[in-house]
Amino acid sequence: MGSAVLKEQTLPSAPNHAPVDYADVQGILRYGFAQMTEAVYLLLNVRDAEAARTWLAQAPVSTALERSPAPSTALQVAFTRQGLEALEVPAHVISGFSPEFLSGIAGDANRSRRLGDVGANAPSAWEWGAPGRVPHLVAMLFAEPGMLDGWMRSVRGAWFQQGFIEIGRLNTSNLGGREHFGFIDGISQPLPDWNRTRTVTVNGSQLQYGNLVCLGEFLLGYPNEYNRYTDRPLLDASDPASEELPDAEDEPGKKDLGKNGSYAVIRQLRQDVRAFWQYVDEATRAVHETGFVVAEAMVGRELEGGAPLAPLCAHSIAGVGASGSASKREQDVRLNQFDYTADADGTHCPFGAHIRRGNPRTADLPGNPSGIVSELIHQLGFGETNLHEDLAASVRFHRILRRGREYGPGLSPGEAMQPAPPGDPERGLHFIALNANIERQFEFAQNAWIAGTKFDGLTEESDPLLGNRAPVEGDPFTNSFSMPQAGKLRRRILEMPQFTTMRGGAYFFLPGIRALKYLAEAKGA
Amino acid sequence: MMPQSNVLVIAPLRMEREAELRQLLGSMNREPGTADPRNALVPFAAFPQLHFARFVILADRTVGDLKKAYGVAAPDYPLSLAFIADFDGTADAFRADLARRAGAGLARIFSCCRDFAPGAHIAADIAAWMKARETPAATLYGTWRGRTVLQVHEENTLRLALQSHLQAKANSLREKRPAEVHAELRAFTQAEMRAGRLTLTPPPPTPLGWWLRNAAHFVFVPLLLLILTPLLILYLPFFLFQLRSREKSDPEIAPRVEACYEAELARIEDFDVTNQFTAMGSVKPGLFRRCTLAYLLWLLNWTTRHIYVRGQLARVGTIHFARWVFLNHKRRLLFASNYDGSLETYMDDFINKVGWGLNLVFSNGVGYPTTRWLILDGSKDEQKFKYFLRRHELPTNVWYKAYPGLTAFDLKRNTLIREGIERSSLSETELKQWVALF
Repeated sequence: MGSAVLKEQTLPSAPNHAPVDYADVQGILRYGFAQMTEAVYLLLNVRDAEAARTWLAQAPVSTALERSPAPSTALQVAFTRQGLEALEVPAHVISGFSPEFLSGIAGDANRSRRLGDVGANAPSAWEWGAPGRVPHLVAMLFAEPGMLDGWMRSVRGAWFQQGFIEIGRLNTSNLGGREHFGFIDGISQPLPDWNRTRTVTVNGSQLQYGNLVCLGEFLLGYPNEYNRYTDRPLLDASDPASEELPDAEDEPGKKDLGKNGSYAVIRQLRQDVRAFWQYVDEATRAVHETGFVVAEAMVGRELEGGAPLAPLCAHSIAGVGASGSASKREQDVRLNQFDYTADADGTHCPFGAHIRRGNPRTADLPGNPSGIVSELIHQLGFGETNLHEDLAASVRFHRILRRGREYGPGLSPGEAMQPAPPGDPERGLHFIALNANIERQFEFAQNAWIAGTKFDGLTEESDPLLGNRAPVEGDPFTNSFSMPQAGKLRRRILEMPQFTTMRGGAYFFLPGIRALKYLAEAKGA
Repeated sequence: MMPQSNVLVIAPLRMEREAELRQLLGSMNREPGTADPRNALVPFAAFPQLHFARFVILADRTVGDLKKAYGVAAPDYPLSLAFIADFDGTADAFRADLARRAGAGLARIFSCCRDFAPGAHIAADIAAWMKARETPAATLYGTWRGRTVLQVHEENTLRLALQSHLQAKANSLREKRPAEVHAELRAFTQAEMRAGRLTLTPPPPTPLGWWLRNAAHFVFVPLLLLILTPLLILYLPFFLFQLRSREKSDPEIAPRVEACYEAELARIEDFDVTNQFTAMGSVKPGLFRRCTLAYLLWLLNWTTRHIYVRGQLARVGTIHFARWVFLNHKRRLLFASNYDGSLETYMDDFINKVGWGLNLVFSNGVGYPTTRWLILDGSKDEQKFKYFLRRHELPTNVWYKAYPGLTAFDLKRNTLIREGIERSSLSETELKQWVALF
C-alpha cells in the first residue's frame, strides 16, 4: 500500500544488476530450440554413480550463449531428488531444494488432489513418475531434421551406457508449431528480464498487466517478483567442493548451487483428439453455431492464425513485442497485446477459456486505479465495478515458461471425426514448465486456474482442454463450459468428456552449468 | 434478518486422556480431518443452523519461541481442546440445542478435559460448562451478515433449478432480452414455489435487542475514537518511536517447516473446495505489543461488524468465517478461518491483496518476518511469511462445513440471483448484470 509515497527498501546486494552469465545457463531457459524440430527425452536411472558422474562431467550440455551460426543440436539435463541421491549428493545439500521438488509431483496425495491428478489422472495409472517409478534424470536431446539419431549416438558414449539405464523414452513429433487439437502452440510466453532492467519493489503494486517478468521467477539466484531470492541450496564457501560454484548474490560467503538453474515440471498429457472434435462438433450444433466457434471459445484464440478472442489494447504492454526480429515483434503484438479489462464480462473470451485460465492477465489491483486515493479505495476492497474483477489478481507471481513438445502423429479436425482405427497410436503433449518456485508458479496455476472448478467465479467447470471432470461433492457436475453473450443469456455446453489424461510426470532440477559440474563431482559427505 | 453467532470453547485436557481424545475425534471423520456430517458423537448435519464447526487440540509447537527470541520463559500452558462453531441465532439457543441432541457424544469428548463432571441434568450442565469456558473473539468475520444455512441451501437449490430450466429452454431463450429471461425465470420460480418444489423462506425479523446493540456499537467506536483523537495524535510520535525501535530488533523465527509436519497438515487439506485453517502463537512480550494488537483487533472488528458484511474482507472474497482470539490474558493469539481454495492460493491472496492488513495484526506475534511502520514488508517476504504461517498452523482434528462444494463466491452469486428473482422490476443495467450471473 501507498507505494507512491513511501520510500522503498532495496536489497543489500551489491551486484544486483550483474549481467547474466549465459555460459552458466542451460539453453532451454532462453531458447525453445525451434529450429531443432526433432527431440527425444530420455528418462534415465543411475546404474553406476561413478560412471554417471563421469559422463555428466563431460556431457556437451548446451548453454544459453548466443551462437552464430546457431547450433544444430542441443542437450539438456535435469535431475529429480532421487537422481541427486543416486549421484550421492550430500543429504544436507539436497535438503536445501524446495519442499515440493523433494516430495515430487506424485509424492503426496494432497498434491495430487490439488493438481487434479485423481481419477483417470491418478499417478497409480501413470506410465512413469509414480512413486517407485520416478526417473533419476532426464536427458533432453534436440536436433535439426534428420540429425537426431546421430546426435543421440554421439551423446551416449561408453560412460553413458555404463552409468545409466534408460527406463523410458519420450519421443516427440513436429506438428509445425501446432498442438494436437490444431491450435498454434506456445504463442504466449512471459519474457524473462534477462537484462535485469525491471525494477519491482517489495511493497509496491503493479497497476498494469505486464509480460516482462523478473528473472528470479525462472532462474534461481536472482530477485523474484517480490524482490526476494527464492530459497535454494546455498553452500558454505569453505566447502572445497563448492569452489567452482557462483557466489550467492544475497548471502556473502555462500556459494549458490541454484544459481542459473531452474525447476522443470514435465507432464505427459495424452490428448484424445477424436473425442475433442467429435464433442465440439456436437456442441457447436447444439448452440446453433457453425465452424470453429465453440472450439475457439474453449481455447480463447482463433484456430487459424491464433489471434485472441479478447480485443487487443491500444496501449503497449511491457514485454509484449519486445524481443526478436521486427516481424516477430509485430506478430507478438498482434497475438498478445491484450488483457481482459476490455472483456470484463467475458463476452469476447469466456472466463473459462483455456488461455484465460492459463493466464488471466491481471495486475495487482483491479480497475486500473490512478492516484493514491483511488488506489487506497481499491486496496480496501471498495470501488469494484464487476463481480469477477478481483478474483484472480497478480498473475505476475504465477507465470511459467513453457517448453513442451507434441508426441504421436497429428490428426486434422476432419480426420478426428472418424472413429479410431484399431491400434490408433497415442498422441499428446510432453508439457514442460520452467519456474523457480514450483508451488507458487506451476502448482498455483495448475490448481487454482486450470483444474479449479471455481476459477474466476465459475462453477461446475474446469479447464475445457485439461480438466479432469472429477466430481466435486455438493456440485452436480464439473463438466460444463459457459460462454457469456453480450446482452443475452450465456450459452452453456454440458457433459464435456475428459480430453487429456496424465500419463506421467516428475519435478526436475535443471542445474546451471557450474552446478552441473558440482553435481558431477560432489560425492558423499 | 437472523444474525449469526458463534461459540469458542477452550478447555484444558487431562494429559492422560490426550491419546484417547485424538482417537475419539478421529473417529468422527469421513476423510482425514473432515467430519462425517452424521457421525455418532456430534452429528453436525442434524443442526440446521450450523455453518461451520471444528474441534482442534491446541498443541502450540512454538511456545519456545519466546525464550529463543526474547529470553523470556513461556508459562507452562496446559494442552487444551478448542471447539469452535458458527451458526444462526443466539449462542444460548445453539448451546442448549447442541447439548440436548448431542449430549452423550459431547460428554465423551469433554470428559477428556479437566473438571468436566456433569451432574444429573446432563444437557443443561454441558451447556453451562461450555458457556463457562467460552472466549469471545477479538475480531470476528463472517462473509455475509444474516445469511442463514437454510438460505444458503435454498438459494443453491434455486440456482440449480434455474440452471436446469435455462438449459431445457435454451433454444427458446437464446435470443431473448434480459428482461424476458428475467420474467421467464420469475414465472418459473413462482410456479415451482406454488408446486412446493422450491422454497425461499423470507428472512425473519431482526431481533430488536441485536439491532440496538449493533447500532450502538456502530456509533460508539467512531465516537470513542473521535474523543481519543487528540490523545492519539499526541501519542503518535512516541508510538512510532517505540514501534520502529522494536521493529528494528525483533528477531524473525520463520524456518522452513519440517517435511513430516508439512505432510501432517497437508493430509487433511483439499477434500472440499473450502479448507480450514487454525494457527496460534505468542504475542511479543511487553505492554506495547499487547496494547497495539488489542487496539488494532478492536478497530478491525468494527469494520468486520459494520463494513465488510457482504462477501468481502477488504479485497479477499474467499473467507467464510474467520476469527482472531486472545488467549491467556492476551499473551497468545489464536486464528481460525474457513477459506476457499488451497492453502497456497489463500496465502498468496493474503500476501498480494491484504499483506498490509496481515502485517498490522500478525507482526505483533513472536518471530513474524520483519515489518516497517507496521504495514510494510513482513508478509511481502513471501517465503518466510509462508513458513511462519505454516509453522504456527495446527492440524484441525475435526472440521465440518454445512455446504460442501460451495465457495463464498458461490454463496454470494446465489444470493444475488435470489435477490433478482424476488424483484419484479430491474433496470436495464441491473437486468444485464443479473442475467450474467448464470
